[in-house]
Amino acid sequence: MAPKRNFLSIVLAETGGRVLLGLLLAAAILVPASNLLLPEGSFLHVPTYIVTLMGKYLAFALLALSVDLIWGYAGILSLGHGAFFALGGYAMGMYLMRQIGDRGVYGNAELPDFMVFLNWTELPWYWHGFDAFPFALVMVVAVPGALALVFGWFAFRSRVTGVYLSIITQAMTYALLLAFFRNDMGFGGNNGLTDFKEILGFNIQAQNTRAVLFSLSALAVAGGYIMCKLIVSSRLGRVLIAIRDAESRTRFLGYRAEYYKLFVFVVSAMLAGIAGALYVPQVGIINPSEFAPAVSIEIVIWVAIGGRGSLYGAVLGAILVNYAKTYLTGAMPDAWLFALGALFIASTIFLPKGIVGTLPAFGTGKRRGQKS
Amino acid sequence: MNLHASPSRRDTILYLDGVSVSFDGFKALNNLSFYVEVGELRAIIGPNGAGKTTMMDVVTGKTRPDSGDVIFNGGTDLTKLDEAHIANLGIGRKFQKPTVFESQSVFENLELALAGNRRVFQSLFFTLTSVQAQRIDEVLETIRLTGDRAKQAGDLSHGQKQWLEIGMLLMQEPDLLLVDEPAAGMTDAETMQTAEMLKRIAGDHSVIVVEHDMSFIRALGCRVTVLNEGSVLAEGSLDAMQADERVIESYLGR
Repeated sequence: MAPKRNFLSIVLAETGGRVLLGLLLAAAILVPASNLLLPEGSFLHVPTYIVTLMGKYLAFALLALSVDLIWGYAGILSLGHGAFFALGGYAMGMYLMRQIGDRGVYGNAELPDFMVFLNWTELPWYWHGFDAFPFALVMVVAVPGALALVFGWFAFRSRVTGVYLSIITQAMTYALLLAFFRNDMGFGGNNGLTDFKEILGFNIQAQNTRAVLFSLSALAVAGGYIMCKLIVSSRLGRVLIAIRDAESRTRFLGYRAEYYKLFVFVVSAMLAGIAGALYVPQVGIINPSEFAPAVSIEIVIWVAIGGRGSLYGAVLGAILVNYAKTYLTGAMPDAWLFALGALFIASTIFLPKGIVGTLPAFGTGKRRGQKS
Repeated sequence: MNLHASPSRRDTILYLDGVSVSFDGFKALNNLSFYVEVGELRAIIGPNGAGKTTMMDVVTGKTRPDSGDVIFNGGTDLTKLDEAHIANLGIGRKFQKPTVFESQSVFENLELALAGNRRVFQSLFFTLTSVQAQRIDEVLETIRLTGDRAKQAGDLSHGQKQWLEIGMLLMQEPDLLLVDEPAAGMTDAETMQTAEMLKRIAGDHSVIVVEHDMSFIRALGCRVTVLNEGSVLAEGSLDAMQADERVIESYLGR
């Protein structure tokens, strides 16, 4: 018989998910506490730069989660998810730019520095509203969501699938890369948006602010995991898996596959937008390089290495690969791209189901995400 | 419109009139006309390339015909509708190659096929009622998979997958089932069990079976339509068909 299922029994169904949520909650409390309360010389003290670095990894983890939701469960391989991440980041960046006020190099209270430099006299219409934080927050999800809705509507309705879909997602992010490089787009061109001062009146460089941003990132990943888990555990999630495994069978059962894909694609784009909005205040810059196709491919590699179709595997993959990236770009700057390529090839050959699909420690319970 | 067709059309579950489909000049269906009555079990045979699968593609909305009418249940024109719409009208289809959701359990496969609302948000908040669970149990019984309900569909034998797919069709509670080569790859015993299963299903539903296996069709004991080169060559009992000169010439004789 169908077992009675409530919120907690779904969210905590798997060991991996329980461990992930436990670690995220512990980190959200303990890392800022250690950073702020313990003296700097203490063995357990976490330096501020590490807090920010880990906060960045968590933003990437949320981005990986958004990719796993569509790739692992609906079989939509997006090679352009960096675009949604970057759009969310730009929306947050625009808010942060407006907070600079007259403290810019040119001291112009009305216009950001790069607009003064371009001899603009008026704020473009699409910059209006971004001085209000709630408006910016809405835009963080609305802009990526709207792009995903329009893009997905045409792509899924025309039944573009497989590598063809992957290729047009690449084209999408590349087109945005070129557009955002142009100075007259009004987003700072090549340099993007930077020199942020304050967020909600708090100094963006301050230790306290950094600690709070870290905690928020950890909670966002936890929240994102819970939401994705609820979606994939519902009947809708099973329809998505059905579409992934046999799309035409699903259609002949009477499901409109395109609407199901569209729903999950938009949700995923919004999550990616939130990830971008958490990323920007922590790294202090957003520029068009985030739209580069290679960035989007890297996200897919995180998910593949961590283990597609489990959600927590994506989080693990994003954190591990980015830790390796930080370490290697410091130790051997030229070796990183080779290492990333080798890692991807090795994981495809030796760990086709990723880390969580291969290690017996994660093998408890039934895994829906993967074919046996 | 052919006025002479109207009187009988009201009692038909499926009515094809002058349907033609061509692919790059090749006429897959050539002015195909036939009808199936409500509650009827009908077998369709014919040599390779006779248009059997194309006919099913046209009825289920996968292929649009170049000309002709396909009327469902005496009134609905199917030629303008897509797969999902047609499925929701009450037409279920079993593919030639068994197609089930391999990474989900037998029970979950049937649950996905359960008749009901197919909208995205209804799916997000769906919970199974006890009546629906009971319905799944009944179908599990019919397709002889009660003991395998928790098994992954990918782990079933070829014959069991065929049955599961028939079970999924039944869960849809369709008025018309289109079944493409259900006995392919089955043992003799499984083939006979499948024929029994389909005979039991017919009556409550209308069933069209495409098959090559003559002993299977004999076991169905129903009216047979012979297709050749995209149109109907002959129609009648299996014995009459096997005695028909044209049928022997085009198909059985070879």
